[in-house]
Amino acid sequence: MDTGDTAWVLTSAALVLLMTPGLALFYGGLVRSKSVLNMMMMSFSSLALITVLWVLYGYSLAFGDDLGGGLLGNPTDFWGLQGLMDAESLVFTVPSLAFVGFQAVFAIITVALISGAIADRARFGPWLLFSGIWATVVYFPVAHWVFAFDAATGVDFVGGWIANDLAALDFAGGTAVHINAGAAGLALALVLGKRKGFAKDPMRPHNLPLVMLGAGLLWFGWFGFNAGSALGANGLAAAAWVNTLAATAAAALGWLLTERIRDGHATSLGAASGVVAGLVAITPACAAVNPMGALAIGLVAGILCALAVGLKYRFGYDDSLDVVGVHLVGGLWGTLSIGLFAVLNAPGAFDNEGLIAGGGFSLLGKQAVGAFAVLAFSFVMTLIIGFAIQKTIGFRLDEESEVEGIDGVEHAESAYDFTGGGGGSLSGHGHLPTATTATTTLASKGRTS
Amino acid sequence: MKLVTAVIKPHKWEDVREALETFGVTGMTVSEVSGYGRQKGHTEVYRGAEYDVALVPKIRIEIVVEDVDVDDVVAIMVKTAQTGRIGDGKVWVSPVDTVVRVRTGDRDGAAI
Repeated sequence: MDTGDTAWVLTSAALVLLMTPGLALFYGGLVRSKSVLNMMMMSFSSLALITVLWVLYGYSLAFGDDLGGGLLGNPTDFWGLQGLMDAESLVFTVPSLAFVGFQAVFAIITVALISGAIADRARFGPWLLFSGIWATVVYFPVAHWVFAFDAATGVDFVGGWIANDLAALDFAGGTAVHINAGAAGLALALVLGKRKGFAKDPMRPHNLPLVMLGAGLLWFGWFGFNAGSALGANGLAAAAWVNTLAATAAAALGWLLTERIRDGHATSLGAASGVVAGLVAITPACAAVNPMGALAIGLVAGILCALAVGLKYRFGYDDSLDVVGVHLVGGLWGTLSIGLFAVLNAPGAFDNEGLIAGGGFSLLGKQAVGAFAVLAFSFVMTLIIGFAIQKTIGFRLDEESEVEGIDGVEHAESAYDFTGGGGGSLSGHGHLPTATTATTTLASKGRTS
Repeated sequence: MKLVTAVIKPHKWEDVREALETFGVTGMTVSEVSGYGRQKGHTEVYRGAEYDVALVPKIRIEIVVEDVDVDDVVAIMVKTAQTGRIGDGKVWVSPVDTVVRVRTGDRDGAAI
């Protein structure tokens, strides 16, 4: 056990945890004021529900010994995280429970990311049901495919097929997190259908400073996501850290440049979106490329995603907050970009070389297989889960409630008190249990006392 | 007595208030409102999607004045709120029956 490595992994896990509240702010600011609380609740509920599932059986499904074909871990190996508190229980150089915590927060945010595709219109209970089923049959298996290395979490344990058999590179989750969530978002947007007034009525972001704050928190937490995936306090982590910084900066510039040329203005939402696009793209690649490669990956990601967010209007799917345009497209680009930009001397390239460095097409091919396998699996499974929920208990909010605002209907709350009047003296029509009722009424209606 | 209501551009509000105060108007009610006239709205772009925003923000000022002051107050408002460009707003005058000062119970002229 290495104390330095352990300190870094525990710190990184806390950083990644903060990304989900950050995402709640990012998504929350993007929706209209009548649905910001529901939007944020879809992230916060993921923090609650997915953590519980992770402890019960999620970790074991992802990191238990392989049941066959590199497809799924054994749910009984670590049921309830049993056996992992022993001092000898290590994953590489850190206590197993440090690794459990670090991987838990990945599962949480992947589920939360999907919610951006279905803003304003998903009933909360069905969303929770969807979250639990999706994590169980999609995320936990895919985490096994991508993150479970042979013999990492148990002696003689066999890991997942993408990490070991295919040996595609995904350092921090371009496939398992971003392609996975992006494909699920697309499927769920198709299941739930368009919001009333989509592409006709203005659905402006109600609070861009919240979006900027959320983007800042995401960026901050993402250093734990990427550099923490080194699972050690070492040069691998440092390389991932600097590449994460470089790509993100280039992507923000790329997005702003695209907007300036296409729309005439560089927008704050463009800057925030570019940041996220760059973070997504560099996630799988952050240890396998050099900083110049990271700049190129980021710049392309910023431009590509700025263009991709327009696809939903062309094809008519209401991916409300651009989970597809940013996470699916950015995740695909980042995963494939390793096949172009990987260099032998990068600490996380593991003797692979990309096309541009002269390594030929073999790595690019492996990256494509991993990326499209996760895309197809997630998309199909999500369609099935989503339709099953819609046809049984119903997933979509009714139209009247959607127009009225999901916050009031699903949560009996409103985000903001706009009544003014000196801070709320006019607010609300409710009363405390002890309040007395009026003793007089309008003369035109007859006095009662 | 008359109620003078003005809907003006937000950036002109401070000028109008100063001019009215100099003239001797002692109080007014001000609200942030939105609406549109011939100016229509404006266009905003979010992630490449253009939105025509129909409503533009305005300031509404309401003042109750004695009949003799109405023309001066209206003239001051129009003069100070004017930029000459579309969207400057409107000023209108309506009759008022009764005014009561809540603190003292004073009525009409004494309450203004």
